[in-house]
Amino acid sequence: MTRRPLRPTREGYVEGLLEAGRLDERVVVIEGDVSRSIGSDSFLDSYPDRFFNLGASEQDMMGEAAGLALTGFIPFVATYGVFATGRAWDQIRTSICYMDLDVKIGGAHGGVSVGPDGATHQALEDIAIMRVLPNMTVLVPADASQTRAAVLAALRTPGPVYIRFGRNPVPQLYPDDSVVEPGKGNLLREGADILLVACGAMVAETLSAAEQLAGAGISASVIDMVSIKPLDRDLILNQAIGKRGVLTAEDHQVTGGLFGAVAGLLGREYPLPLGSVGVTDSFGTSGTPAEVMEKYGLTADNICRKAASVLGRRK
Amino acid sequence: MEGMSAEWQSISRLKTLNERQTMSKDAPDLGNVATQVRLDVLSMIKAAGSGHPGGSFSSVEILVELYWDVMRVRPEEPEWPERDRFVLSKGHACPALYAVLAARGYFESSELLTLRKFGSRLQGHPNMRSLPGLDASTGSLGHGLSIACGIAHGLRLGRLDSRVYCLLGDGELQEGSVWESAMSASHFGLDRLTAIVDRNLVQLDGRVTDVMEIEPLTEKWLSFGWDVVVCDGHSFPSLAKAFEHCSGSGLPSVIIADTIKGRGVSFMEGTFQWHGRCPDDDEYVRAVHELKRGLS
Repeated sequence: MTRRPLRPTREGYVEGLLEAGRLDERVVVIEGDVSRSIGSDSFLDSYPDRFFNLGASEQDMMGEAAGLALTGFIPFVATYGVFATGRAWDQIRTSICYMDLDVKIGGAHGGVSVGPDGATHQALEDIAIMRVLPNMTVLVPADASQTRAAVLAALRTPGPVYIRFGRNPVPQLYPDDSVVEPGKGNLLREGADILLVACGAMVAETLSAAEQLAGAGISASVIDMVSIKPLDRDLILNQAIGKRGVLTAEDHQVTGGLFGAVAGLLGREYPLPLGSVGVTDSFGTSGTPAEVMEKYGLTADNICRKAASVLGRRK
Repeated sequence: MEGMSAEWQSISRLKTLNERQTMSKDAPDLGNVATQVRLDVLSMIKAAGSGHPGGSFSSVEILVELYWDVMRVRPEEPEWPERDRFVLSKGHACPALYAVLAARGYFESSELLTLRKFGSRLQGHPNMRSLPGLDASTGSLGHGLSIACGIAHGLRLGRLDSRVYCLLGDGELQEGSVWESAMSASHFGLDRLTAIVDRNLVQLDGRVTDVMEIEPLTEKWLSFGWDVVVCDGHSFPSLAKAFEHCSGSGLPSVIIADTIKGRGVSFMEGTFQWHGRCPDDDEYVRAVHELKRGLS
């Protein structure tokens, strides 16, 4: 596989914010004392009137975002994903989703990408607890370009949107002008034996796995499911038909995330042997992102093993 | 109305909700308006079979003062961009707000008796997407002041000369999120924001001081950088003076309104048992008679 240049997805988030701010003067940015870590403080330089740092107060951030949306603005609220979703879930539920407000939430440092900070800072449940909320759109981009595109998609999409992105550099998979559309996944590779569905940091690993599998005589389709909600039902079903199994890969708890979404769809509409790569009912731990991903099996090698195991099962 | 006593039904018929002269905003005897709102709240909760009379009654004069004297609103144009906004952070007091909104003409008073019923626009806690006149959906305590702060930012950013008012319960101040927004409001100098604390001293489980002490409130708000006024939350002159003081203070302002939980019905006053309870037929009749004695 050709080596792709690496870039942190948060850089794409900031690029998207600046572009959104330029495109639409209703865009305002709400930060919670991590803007220097995310890089969104550059929005302050460009649009000082439309930047609010509310300090370490996630509940207030979400409530104030709701209030700004009620007066016609489009707030982008960002902090670490684990805190954005977990510490302010009730505000997101009742003050944002229930009113179906135009609030866009950026969950930075998603998954185990925050490595050394350890379990407290590794967002492994955020997709699940955002996906379950009525009116919420959930986007999990795979690289910096797609993250930028996800921000612009959020600007175009009415209602609340959660965008989850990572910290450490990941391979660039998409061109600079890539587009994200809620409800649409991307078919990155087409094969005959198994369907691999991945999101976020696991998309690059899954593409590597597909190459390894091809070397072993297993032909895999790969979908980047950047839109976890709404899920791209048609793409998944079209690609599942005729396959001998489906495997999901996510940098997140298996319960309630991408696996939950895909398993729910296939269970209802097209049951197939199904496997998962992801964190299984466990907290994270400190280490380099690579070490932690290895520990939880978030690697191309493990995707290959699990794929073989899915195919070994009888339908 | 099934299963209710004949006497209750006759009172209900007598007081046809959408045919009242006293509610005209052109002839505002605010004392009568407040009593009529209490009568409506009582009928609504009785018809619903559940609801929160205690905290509704304690906030009646505050709401009446806001919607008749203080706030710039156009009931015939609820989305008027230049209106003043109101966030009922203590969402469980919505029967009182609904009665006030109906009396001001946002919707027909006849709809009040649908409170909490299936298919009603008058949800158990306020849903701004279903009912005109609501500026936010609330019900989970501790959210409203943040929403009001965001609205204050938005008004300032949008160069609108409007104000935002937020009514909180005193028990609600136990929610930590209230103090996150209290900090933020003074940090950003949100002087278009006025919070009102309905200090009725009682919450669901008992007296606030026994459940979880929140005093000293004046000192707490002062230390958070707010302009603080204490007033009698059942006296219109006292409330009017407090609101007047707040409109030009240069800081976010809070009115600590001393009130009585269940105000207006002797056996409900000051008791936690009436935080969230529907009166039985006998209690309903007694309450109506008591309230009607106050009408002039």
